Amino acid sequence: MNQRQSELASVTEYVSNADLGGQDGHGTVHPEPEGELFHAAWEPRILALTLAMGATGLWNIDTSRAARETLPNYRELSYYRIWLEGLTKLLLQTGAVQADEISHGRAVHAAVATRSVLRAGQVAAVLARGSPTTRPCGSPARYAPGQWVRTCSAAPQHHTRLPAYTRGKRGVIERVHGAHVFADTNAQGLGEQPQWLYTVAFDEHELWGETTPRQHATVSVDAWEPYLEPA
Amino acid sequence: MSGPNHDHEHKDGHSSLSPLELRVRALETVLTQKGYIDPAALDVLIDTYQTKIGPRNGAQVVARAWCNAEFRRRLLEDATAAIASLGFSGRQGEHLVAVENTTEQHNLVVCTLCSCYPWPILGLPPTWYKSAPYRARVVKDPRGVLADFGVHLSETVRIRVWDSTAEVRYLVLPQRPAGSEHLGERELADLVTRDSMIGTGLPLKPGGASTARTSP
Repeated sequence: MNQRQSELASVTEYVSNADLGGQDGHGTVHPEPEGELFHAAWEPRILALTLAMGATGLWNIDTSRAARETLPNYRELSYYRIWLEGLTKLLLQTGAVQADEISHGRAVHAAVATRSVLRAGQVAAVLARGSPTTRPCGSPARYAPGQWVRTCSAAPQHHTRLPAYTRGKRGVIERVHGAHVFADTNAQGLGEQPQWLYTVAFDEHELWGETTPRQHATVSVDAWEPYLEPA
Repeated sequence: MSGPNHDHEHKDGHSSLSPLELRVRALETVLTQKGYIDPAALDVLIDTYQTKIGPRNGAQVVARAWCNAEFRRRLLEDATAAIASLGFSGRQGEHLVAVENTTEQHNLVVCTLCSCYPWPILGLPPTWYKSAPYRARVVKDPRGVLADFGVHLSETVRIRVWDSTAEVRYLVLPQRPAGSEHLGERELADLVTRDSMIGTGLPLKPGGASTARTSP
């Protein structure tokens, strides 16, 4: 799908441009030394702006991932450029900032109500606390380690965290991580709806087919229970 | 990034500001004027990830596990609690799992969907970790990716790739290098590279060429 087609498609269907696992043709990896964190002065700034705006409670982490992965030109952008475009999109979507304010570079309209403002003196404590995603769950875990499962094969029309390369594949439950906020519903504003989370491991031939040479490798993903059925 | 706009440069006195630099500054101004952010908090956030939270944290965890069998056991059983006992916790490391390299298995960590990474112990992810070549290829051609990093493992070593698709974050516990038996915890931590905790590298050899490290 070229970019124009992908833009047209995005009008009617949900397309993640960030689901890259297993794709060919992206070239070789270019390692960098430790400590090389930023490549332009604006990059740490947009990182910090994004983290600070996260504290306002205007959106959650799953909403923000959805905003980034659906950027039509995602694959042409550097990573912090994705953060800049994603933050701009979220600000416009929530009405926190309007287009004329972005173009003029100054506030014109009244602010929307937010949960809190991250103050300098709170940063260390807020980072150290984080945002745990484990939650109580009303039902017991359906699967246990060693059990075989098959992942759902449909491509959902919303943000999801089951990578395309693992759709419709048979794998084995390896670990149970407790019940976690369900990214699919949380991203859509449908609430946390906690679901059991599992590490599911797949044989390489199951993922890539019998004709792909074996590398003596196993790949796992962390999958919420609604992605799985018994196999 | 494109070069500076010279017309702009004369009008506002800023030199060598790219269009993106100007955009981010404008956004910061709007968000500050609307009362959504405290600009001083941005400075603290940036300083934190440039000088306080980085892969030297993870290196301390690994060195402790190499020296202390009881800590290693706790790390493999409940990494979140074991790592919190060394003072590292929080954002993007709320749920940690440590996976141990052995002579039979080598572990590699990726996030094919975005850039999930254990921030409290490794800091901000490197650019390659967030870029398409690594994310696309490491699940399908892990030995090819390891070769890009100059790492060549025996065919008999099983490779295990952990795709961090939810909120669990993975730390690779590398194998303690041969010949390091005489070293203490602090010297051992100096052998632990960031890449060895992602699985794209191996720890340095004792007494070998030192690798320059500028991050905390």
